[in-house]
Amino acid sequence: MSRDHDHHGQTPPSDIALRVKALESLMVEKGLVDPAALDAIVEHFEHRVGPRNGAQVVARAWADPAYRQRLLADATEAIAELGYGGGGQGEHMVAVENAPGLHNLVVCTLCSCYPWPVLGLPPVWYKSAPYRSRAVIDPRGVLMEFGTELAPEVEIRVWDSTAEIRYLVVPERPAGTEGLDEAALAALVTRNGMIGTALL
Amino acid sequence: MNGVHDMGGVHGLGPVAPETDEPPFHADWEQRVLAMVIASPTRGNIDAGRHQRELIPGADYLRISYYEKWFEALEAMLLQGGFVTPEELTSARSDPAAPKATPRLKAQDVAPAFTRRGSYLREPPAPAVFAVGDRVRALNLHPAGHTRLPRYVRGRVGVIERVHGAHVYPDTHAHTGADDPRWLYTVRFASRELWGLGAAERDSVSLDLWEPYLERA
Repeated sequence: MSRDHDHHGQTPPSDIALRVKALESLMVEKGLVDPAALDAIVEHFEHRVGPRNGAQVVARAWADPAYRQRLLADATEAIAELGYGGGGQGEHMVAVENAPGLHNLVVCTLCSCYPWPVLGLPPVWYKSAPYRSRAVIDPRGVLMEFGTELAPEVEIRVWDSTAEIRYLVVPERPAGTEGLDEAALAALVTRNGMIGTALL
Repeated sequence: MNGVHDMGGVHGLGPVAPETDEPPFHADWEQRVLAMVIASPTRGNIDAGRHQRELIPGADYLRISYYEKWFEALEAMLLQGGFVTPEELTSARSDPAAPKATPRLKAQDVAPAFTRRGSYLREPPAPAVFAVGDRVRALNLHPAGHTRLPRYVRGRVGVIERVHGAHVYPDTHAHTGADDPRWLYTVRFASRELWGLGAAERDSVSLDLWEPYLERA
């Protein structure tokens, strides 16, 4: 979305939009922020990070058993091998792997902790009160709201990100993908699959 | 603090509303808030920032959006740090007598900042008390300040699943800025230990908890 939207949009700017604009101009005027740095930060989150990074990590783990071992043993280093991990919210990574009969689900009940370098910014629902409150007490009910139904005998492990450890779910590799290369495998990996609210 | 932000296990907050093809931002002002928070001179203490958002009055916390919380906390921290005055916030104009600052983050520093890897790991103050497999109870603590020990595990027994080393301790760091490193553990709780017999027998919830939150069980 371009900044011009503010000036040419169909709806008048909201109260919060006006307050944000006023604070930005004040901070710029006082030399507290560089407006070009703000543009560069926005550009980073719109175009440089996002779930495509995490999908490459998962695809590599599926395709390369040695990489999978490194990822499960030390996800921070394994993710850094692919060039991701800088800029905060990915300092200490743990990869948790789904398997037949075992499903992992990630939440942050206290705020919105999320692995930015591999998944980008969290979706609104991840930061919302309904998800944060119920993922720990009723994971099956929450999964049903995503259309994900698990058999009663499947074990669910919920990971509440209460410290600076960030979790990445490695989904099960879909059947019938034996002939696919890493790029084709990565295209199958969804953001929700790497949070644990979806199966692939 | 026992705030509304500590919402694990609360009922009545509605269904989850997933959005198809969700964009990174839903309005331009959200982008600017995120960028301002990251570039602001108040940035640097993640725990102080979290605590500032927890201090938003409970009814407002539940009503306003995520980036509105970030904005409210940013304004509060700019005021507390003396970076802006209440008069400047009201008028949206800089006091002409105030000296002009130099931005902490320049445009050319942004890309390197996003490739730099940080760490919350610090030199341990003492050997770790617990080891993988130990049974531990989360203490029944109710600090009025910042903590990362959710209410829903206090008093409950779990098992140490992973030892992460000594990490910056949020309960101290949020308030004084000191790292005060403490051992950090992943502790796994059976869902039935937390929620009773209504939970599935094999399910579990794992949390990352610092040593001062735990005792041997």
